[in-house]
Amino acid sequence: MSSFDTSNIKSPWILHYDTGSCNGCDIEVLACLTPLYDVERFGILNVGNPRHADILVITGAANKRSARVLRNLYEQMPDPKMVVAVGICAVSGGVLHNCYNVLGGVDKVIPVDVYVPGCAARPEAIIDGIVLALQKIPEKRKLLKSREAKTA
Amino acid sequence: MSTRTVIPMGPQHPVFPEPLQLKLSLKDEKIVDVAPALGYVHRGIEKAAEKNDFTQNVFLVERICGICSFIHAVCYCMAIEDIMKIELPPRANYLRVIWGELHRLHSHMLWLGLLADSFGFESLFMKFWEIRERILDILEKTTGARVIISACAIGGVRRDISDEHLQEILTVIDKCEKELNGIIPVVMSDTTVKRRTVGVGVIEKEKAIHLGIVGPVLRASGIAQDARMTGYGAYKYLDFKPVVEESGDCYARAVVRAKETYQSIGLLRKAINQLPSGDILTKYKGNPGKAAAVSRVEQPRGELIYYVEGNGTKNLERVRVRTPTFSNVPALSKMLPGMELADAPVIVLSIDPCISCTER
Ligand code: SF4
Repeated sequence: MSSFDTSNIKSPWILHYDTGSCNGCDIEVLACLTPLYDVERFGILNVGNPRHADILVITGAANKRSARVLRNLYEQMPDPKMVVAVGICAVSGGVLHNCYNVLGGVDKVIPVDVYVPGCAARPEAIIDGIVLALQKIPEKRKLLKSREAKTA
Repeated sequence: MSTRTVIPMGPQHPVFPEPLQLKLSLKDEKIVDVAPALGYVHRGIEKAAEKNDFTQNVFLVERICGICSFIHAVCYCMAIEDIMKIELPPRANYLRVIWGELHRLHSHMLWLGLLADSFGFESLFMKFWEIRERILDILEKTTGARVIISACAIGGVRRDISDEHLQEILTVIDKCEKELNGIIPVVMSDTTVKRRTVGVGVIEKEKAIHLGIVGPVLRASGIAQDARMTGYGAYKYLDFKPVVEESGDCYARAVVRAKETYQSIGLLRKAINQLPSGDILTKYKGNPGKAAAVSRVEQPRGELIYYVEGNGTKNLERVRVRTPTFSNVPALSKMLPGMELADAPVIVLSIDPCISCTER
């Protein structure tokens, strides 16, 4: 493993985007970063730039307008990128499933690696989801490598 | 140079937790014009509320905004209770005030933290959010959830608060007050904070009235207007007086919210001490008839209005929500021009934008 490979498991940087949530899950994601839960002690940092991020944390159901932004953010992130859908809205649309502007879960727009249900998802559950995403990184890296080898 | 540059701020921006886009036209470093672009979180909740049963809507409207969810539910229930002529038991009214004020308390602390974050005062941000967790803990103890508590129901509230928990609320708010005494003076008198907020994003009294601004932004411009003054629920027994500041800048808005956190603590104490005993839920029968009702309550961000129209069936004819940020966004077009680009995040945050409310 190269030093890059270990560092993005030991210190993953997350990018948070709200595709149409009610704020409930957003403030729980933010609460993870503040003193009581303090994920920074594990090296998890919240960044504003998709090009610096390893994990995309999405809250809220995808809608027609935010889908484009979401796709852009996803494409700008470097591989291996992990996507964590936080809250029942991001998982399936939840209580908003029958709203006309809601497409459904985030997986209608981009591939999702980890689903964290809950309304609102608790900070403990969110941290758990991020840890699960980290465990899946080596697997994803292998997949990408084999795909590269095939296309080369 | 006199060419104009247009800088898009958002929809994904580190300062805003929510997707709000502002297209700022700049002349050098000065902002000359601003055009907000909305619609990134529009879901269509008003329409969905017509498809659902009117009792299910309580859960739906709570999810318009996760920060003041309980107050949304209260406002919706008040409108339905008005149509169906349901009398609330007095204890339910008080319990609604208690949970409502707890929500205001955590919302204001959240905002004060975000304000500190917007000018890079990281430790203050963390400190406010640390204190805020105590409020979330009591919300969780009394209702079982941290953010969306689903405690409000048509005809009253779904859960009671035991005496033991009431005592705990009192001790926790005492503790919070002590801790706030340590950091609110930083917001009020620290030079670095003042440098970033005093005289920034001023909105005068006349303009504030003209633009129809509501909530703490209006009160910071010297107008004593608060929906709690109408005495809905149990507020009429609590001797409520709004907090008013005169200068109308970001600093005044911070001071209003800082003082309102103390006010909420005071209201909580009073409500808990006066809490009557008795029932918490009135039973009702049937569906809302062919009538309409308007209800007004005060959210942490300002005045919230619900218009609900029934048609005799279990579905409603129309639900219209007018949220405080919807009235406050136009103020940005008056606050931002003439300011430096670096001040934009602070000014935008000073109205406490809640985009999920605005767009529903
Ligand atoms: S899952 Fe619940 S709390 Fe989270 S964004 Fe959706 S409605 Fe809000």
